[in-house]
Amino acid sequence: MTNNDDKLILGGHEFQSRFILGSGKYSLSLIEAAVNDAGAEIITLAVRRANTKEHENILDYIPQGVTLLPNTSGARNADEAVRIAKLARELGCGNFVKIEIMRDTKYLLPDNSETIKATEILAKDGFVVLPYMYPDLNVARDLVNAGASAVMPLASPIGSNKGLATKEFIQILIDEIDLPIIVDAGIGRPSQACEAMEMGAAAIMANTALATAGDLPLMAAAFRSAIEAGRKAYLAKPGRVLSRGASASDPLTGFLHN
Amino acid sequence: MDNQYFVDSEYLSEAALEKKHRLENDPSSRKNHMEYLPGMEQINSDICEKVMSQVNSYDYTKYTERDVISALEHEVCTVEDLKALLSPAAEPFLEQMAQKAREETGKHFGNTVYLFTPLYIANYCENYCVYCGFNCYNHIRRMKLNMEQIEHEMKVISDSGIEEILILTGESRGKSGVEYIGEACKLARKYFRMVGLEIYPVNTDEYRYLHECGADYVTVFQETYDTDKYETLHLFGHKRVWPYRFDSQERALMGGMRGAGFSALLGLSDFRKDALASALHVYYLQRKYPHAEMSLSCPRLRPIINNDKINPLDVHETQLCQVICAYRIFMPFVGITVSSRESESFRNGIVKIAATKVSAGVSTGIGDHESKYSGKESDTAEGDEQFEINDGRSFAKMYSDIAAEGLQPVLNDYLYV
Repeated sequence: MTNNDDKLILGGHEFQSRFILGSGKYSLSLIEAAVNDAGAEIITLAVRRANTKEHENILDYIPQGVTLLPNTSGARNADEAVRIAKLARELGCGNFVKIEIMRDTKYLLPDNSETIKATEILAKDGFVVLPYMYPDLNVARDLVNAGASAVMPLASPIGSNKGLATKEFIQILIDEIDLPIIVDAGIGRPSQACEAMEMGAAAIMANTALATAGDLPLMAAAFRSAIEAGRKAYLAKPGRVLSRGASASDPLTGFLHN
Repeated sequence: MDNQYFVDSEYLSEAALEKKHRLENDPSSRKNHMEYLPGMEQINSDICEKVMSQVNSYDYTKYTERDVISALEHEVCTVEDLKALLSPAAEPFLEQMAQKAREETGKHFGNTVYLFTPLYIANYCENYCVYCGFNCYNHIRRMKLNMEQIEHEMKVISDSGIEEILILTGESRGKSGVEYIGEACKLARKYFRMVGLEIYPVNTDEYRYLHECGADYVTVFQETYDTDKYETLHLFGHKRVWPYRFDSQERALMGGMRGAGFSALLGLSDFRKDALASALHVYYLQRKYPHAEMSLSCPRLRPIINNDKINPLDVHETQLCQVICAYRIFMPFVGITVSSRESESFRNGIVKIAATKVSAGVSTGIGDHESKYSGKESDTAEGDEQFEINDGRSFAKMYSDIAAEGLQPVLNDYLYV
């Protein structure tokens, strides 16, 4: 059963799929599997990787009808992120941008304060801005005010496959922020993607988990099923087994007889 | 056993020979290698002390099989674990190290392999480094390309498809000044997406100038971190000053460069200590400059013109592989470059384990890309090579070989911002 009315809406654009392919590792077979088997409608593109000549330009791999999400990887501050985003638009990548600002080459953790600055500048400039961030409620609120179209908290460090290390904080964002919360980075298994979706995440972004799988198309299909299952569970309103906090089977107020 | 480095050229004058022999035989005729020369910037840094205190106390004979196994089991590789992985006790565990290294490489780099090529623009040198083909007493054809010739070389290389270039010179401020190199960088920006430098160490303001000219990556090989050994190999010239060289990468980062490359030349001294020092040099600098992109190379000694006996001694391919795997396990996020000094079969194997960057279409000579790429005899002058390369594959061949291994060749992943 698919609920056709249940759409992911980003910057006024509607998407049926809640799987977004990240950009860390790429190959033709990865993109094919992401689109055909995982059902991805959005594919992230590292602008610096697209900054190439005729050989193996990732832009040549992107099928028609797929929305490109250029990212600003390589940016070390807001100013550099803004320049990269504008370059992406000039390259014909559309007006979506995922802001990635890192001052750390070891863990690739995002710089939240610079990310807020870049979000504000680019949103004002007409971009659909999806900022990658460390899950902090105050920062998420600032991003909303800065004009972000979604908030993308990390689950654990990029490429680590460690899953929902920041689970409690992502839950707070889901509960408090009115924009779609897209869980990005660190999702290593379909079960983790499913769990994030059950929590109420709007979509999942992953790359390494697929890129390093033994059977790419099969893993892509597994992610699709897991994300759909998690979404359905969320929409179905979990019963007492799944929901947070236990509920007693006998009513606590049973002593009230009148 | 050691290499026989000293070769006398029949072309040297009586006076030159006399000076050369004095430098070789009389240590008191040589300048203090730990003392800065006039004009060399001294920065305030604690990195050298941090690295060398670890290296000087490193006794690799004390590590056992137990230490190696626990290093392999740890999720995060500590400095102690690295020491175990570089020790002789780890040699029987090379396959396990390779498996772990491959897993870490996959997490951080997927299946990508970057391709680049070096471009030597001049081979004049004012140093006497006994193992190097460019050394000032070696009788070779010297050459410095003018801007027109540099642009021609760049066109030839760019037409082959390469997008990242590493500009190299011999170490001669007199013949190849900073401005000359800066002009070459400006030209390179027109033809390539990424411009790296491997030149003599310079001061912070000069690195800043070169960065503004378009370079964004500085590689300096320390050659050996063993200062006493260094003194016996670098007998004369600016390069003799060991601490100024050590701080080069830090000055480059202070000057605004995005990244820095490091290496010891394995085979010059105790390779285990040199490998530890190289890794820790990266490790401590990364902690101080977390935004910087770091990479390690792992060159071994090669034969040079007029001395074909020079070799990497006890650093065989097995030991080199051990060093590279240890680097990868200790620092999963750093780039590892394996140059054409190594054989085709070694490079094909190591890119599947840990190396993330390889050179292709390489010449270490001057002004000879057209003749080397097209096979045509050149009618213009060419300068001799720094060392003999081993893997002579062209860019196209390297590209197809990497793809045939199931890996993804990448020509650029960089923006100058």
